[in-house]
Amino acid sequence: MIEIKDIKKSFGDKEILKGISGKFEPGKTNLIIGGSGTGKSVLLKCIIGIHEPTSGEILYNGRDFVNADKRTLKEIRREIGMLFQGSALFDSKTVLENVLFPMEMMTDMSAKERLERAEFCLERVELSHAGHLYPSEISGGMQKRVGIARAIVLNPRYLFCDEPNSGLDPQTAITIDELIQEITEEYNITTVIVSHDMNSVMGIGQYIMYLYKGLKLWEGSNKTLLDTEVKELQEFIFSSELVRDLKNRK
Amino acid sequence: MGTLGRYVLFIVGLFRNTEKIKVYIKRVIEECEAIGINSVFIVAIVSTFIGAVTAVQTAYNLFSPTVPKYIIGTIVRDMTVLELAPTITCVVLAGKVGSHIAGELGTMRITEQIDALEVMGINSASYLVLPKIIAAIITFPMLVVLAGFLSIWGGHMAGVLTGSLTEMEYVYGIRYGFAPQNVFFALIKAVVFAFLITSISSFMGYYTKGGALEVGKASTQAVTSSCISILLADYLLAQLLL
Repeated sequence: MIEIKDIKKSFGDKEILKGISGKFEPGKTNLIIGGSGTGKSVLLKCIIGIHEPTSGEILYNGRDFVNADKRTLKEIRREIGMLFQGSALFDSKTVLENVLFPMEMMTDMSAKERLERAEFCLERVELSHAGHLYPSEISGGMQKRVGIARAIVLNPRYLFCDEPNSGLDPQTAITIDELIQEITEEYNITTVIVSHDMNSVMGIGQYIMYLYKGLKLWEGSNKTLLDTEVKELQEFIFSSELVRDLKNRK
Repeated sequence: MGTLGRYVLFIVGLFRNTEKIKVYIKRVIEECEAIGINSVFIVAIVSTFIGAVTAVQTAYNLFSPTVPKYIIGTIVRDMTVLELAPTITCVVLAGKVGSHIAGELGTMRITEQIDALEVMGINSASYLVLPKIIAAIITFPMLVVLAGFLSIWGGHMAGVLTGSLTEMEYVYGIRYGFAPQNVFFALIKAVVFAFLITSISSFMGYYTKGGALEVGKASTQAVTSSCISILLADYLLAQLLL
């Protein structure tokens, strides 16, 4: 479980996060949603350690991440997998090399073990045929799947996804969502997803945290989302015609 | 001053939380190919023609019958060893290698590849930049030696083929009053310039923010800053070592 307590983050005079708290549970797909510029990605980057919060606590199964010593920090990082918005695959490496990379850097596994594990992960995302290709030679959806394979290759306890569906067609987006949810449940991972895609929110939002102007305005699940009385959240979710129809039918 | 401070912190940061030595060995070999071997062609072309042009222009300006012709060889040698081979070669490399490094790191930054390394707990600056600096420090002196030979050979070809002097005169001029410490001086310059080019270009690329336009700007800035630092260091080294 990941617990965040009163996270604040400022860049210069500009306060982006104004004290956010919440709990992300294992085996669930936890979504952080909100409009552009509300601080979703900044919060995610604080949780994974790319940005240091101005104040607040981040606890990974009770272990303090912000003030952790080197050993604990390394231990926690070893348990984190991350899928970036643009996949962030290394251009100079093939698909297989991208998946092998975290193991080469962070484990003492033998070359044979590493290869077996990488091939297993690529098979899990149905890309075992694409290992020899470079990221520039595959589609955006395939890149996301390679990103997922790379993120899960070290058997992470925590999986973070930044806008996993951006730039994908609706069908591929659903495939990626389903894959993330399957992996989350299969390995009992604590998955945190930043998204503003309402299809994802309704499809896999087992826990949803809504951010507005750096504040958490609402939390719940996709089952209770449509009944919200928070005006800002209503405006956010019902801007989608699809969700309006869903609400009317309900 | 702020930028200079950040640059110093960046360099110091390269030596913190380093990875396993075998990781660096592999990366240094890769970078030696990218930085060194891939620059052989441009260095060869530039240095050969610079040597040839130096010989032709020296011959053109030496019209006095009291000045022996072998002095053309001596001038080509001294200019090559002291200045043309190390400095001009490194200015050319600042353009080729510097823009490549800044572009590569800038692109990695804006496409979140550097963030991906950080999330894995890897010191991205050390992993990406340190091998480039080491590779340049290894390969630049080799390229400068190559440039020196080819420049003198270019001067020989131009001088002899145009009939400005005989082969005997050129070779005599090359050997006349040769000071071996000048070669050492050229190699020191190559090492210093290698460090400056790779570290400055890496610094510019690593801290790129924005998109493709900013990557282009970072590349341009990397080349400009590297060239200025080379010329400044060239002057300081000449004052210190000659």
